[in-house]
Amino acid sequence: MVTLGHTLCPVTLIATESLTKTYGGRVTALSDLTVSVEPGIIGLVGANGAGKSTLIKILLGLLPPTSGRVQVLGLDPTVDPMGVRARVGYMPEHDCLPPDLSAAELVTHLGRISGLPKTTARERASEALRHVGLYEERYRQVGGYSTGMKQRVKLAQALVHDPDLLLLDEPTNGLDPAGRDAMLALVQRIGTEFGISVVVCSHLLGEVERICDHLIAIDGGKLLRSDNVSAMTTSTDVLVVEVSEGGDELERRLLEMRLPVTKDGHALLVPLEDDQTYDRILTAVADLDLPLHRLDQRRHRVAELFADREAAHV
Amino acid sequence: MSSPAGVIHDIGYQRYAGERLGRREVFLSLYTQSLRTVFGLGRNFKAKIFPWFVVGVAAIVAIVVMAIRAQTGEVVIKYADYPQVLTLLMILFVAIAAPELVSRDLHSGVLPLYFSRPLRPGDYALAKLAALVSGIVLVWGGGQILIFIGAAFSVKGFSNVMNELADTGLALIYTALYAVVFGSIALLIASLLKRRAVAAAAIVGAFIVTTPIVAVLFILPSETAHQLAQIVNPASLVGGVGDWLFEPSNSSEELGIGPFGPLYALVAVCLVALCVTLLLGRYRKVSKS
Repeated sequence: MVTLGHTLCPVTLIATESLTKTYGGRVTALSDLTVSVEPGIIGLVGANGAGKSTLIKILLGLLPPTSGRVQVLGLDPTVDPMGVRARVGYMPEHDCLPPDLSAAELVTHLGRISGLPKTTARERASEALRHVGLYEERYRQVGGYSTGMKQRVKLAQALVHDPDLLLLDEPTNGLDPAGRDAMLALVQRIGTEFGISVVVCSHLLGEVERICDHLIAIDGGKLLRSDNVSAMTTSTDVLVVEVSEGGDELERRLLEMRLPVTKDGHALLVPLEDDQTYDRILTAVADLDLPLHRLDQRRHRVAELFADREAAHV
Repeated sequence: MSSPAGVIHDIGYQRYAGERLGRREVFLSLYTQSLRTVFGLGRNFKAKIFPWFVVGVAAIVAIVVMAIRAQTGEVVIKYADYPQVLTLLMILFVAIAAPELVSRDLHSGVLPLYFSRPLRPGDYALAKLAALVSGIVLVWGGGQILIFIGAAFSVKGFSNVMNELADTGLALIYTALYAVVFGSIALLIASLLKRRAVAAAAIVGAFIVTTPIVAVLFILPSETAHQLAQIVNPASLVGGVGDWLFEPSNSSEELGIGPFGPLYALVAVCLVALCVTLLLGRYRKVSKS
């Protein structure tokens, strides 16, 4: 069993209470945000400019909140920013790697800035780079790396000092689909096998929902929803079925099978209740001998979550 | 990544429960790394060319002075005059080193990686400043020590060697003063500019832009204007403090500072304090952006 490495295992990973941040009294980046999450993999979703980066900076103690309270790993970043930063690893969204250093040198140096002794820093840097999938390349200059490799170095530097919490700001930025999947798999591995809690920021809900235990959706600095993923997705997961012809026929058949079908243009939407839903739809299509055009799970977008909440409140 | 699974045993992720060093050690490791940066150590060949060119010129001057002293006993350049003679070289040195230290970090965007760690923004700035100041002291102080070695072998008697040593010690303090003034001005300017070439030009500019004012003040038919002329340029300002410290009797000299020695020293101290304050403020702001 992996422990959190410190005597006090915090029950809440991050807790905020009426957290508000305004810039110059005019621009509101965060407004009355109250969330509480337990250790695990947390997705922080919101469109660009929703306040994700502001929240991360407050969690790191880099920005003071205008009002409200915040706790990270049981510490208050406004009072003890150094204590928080010693136990948190941060992967920024933007390019942040000096091109003329090797990944090994850079990660070692940053490990030392986090307070690791010299030899430990070197060992842990190699280890961190190995865990993110960089081997011999780590001795080459970062300037010659692909975007995917750079993202891995950024992740490795956040991991080098063995934090209890990783804050990842858009870790899949600029990656191709295969690179995205690899990065998400890596993040999931860190959250489960390594026993490190992770906050993944993303503007793509469909991407992070696959790996997260908990989702926080914010928009315009306001909390849309904060919930466990299981609670969220059971109510919103839908299968999209499209047949080239005989759509009405299929709809009737599915209704007979007591599947609550709704129509969306040419497509039929069926809530995904369990694994058998797939089979039942396929059986219905086969029975009617219809040409199946498409059957897949619909990806959520933040807008849908938003709509859900609106509906729930009306 | 091809890694033969039979050879490499993946022992999984290891948590670290060992020692975590404090503020002082973190400061020292950033300082050491920055001092290496000043001389291009651990960097490619291109980064080494300029600092080592400066080191070479400073060393050659020192060796020539040392050789002349050892051969003929003649004092060509006094210890305290050494940094003054090589002022232009020092301007070039800080104009290359300071952007290398801070503009590069701004340009590559690496600062969020520093400031998300237990490193205070002020400590970052001071470690960089300390590295730049140390770099200057190493080069110019090293030259002065070379000159001293030459002198120690040419003068007769232990007490004379001790006199030389005392002069060298004072001159090293003078070099340190140069280093602090030049370093803090250069680092402040570089911390405001992302592009190294622009920062280098701005630093050289800052040191030479006021020289025409010095020249104009010298033309004025006023002795006070002459004596205060050097205060407006950072390089001659330090020179003035040096005149006050080392040549108090020489006030009749053409470029004399008259009775204004303490004022020169005060201005120098205020200039450094201002630059350091602005530098710290600059990084407080950068850490939040």
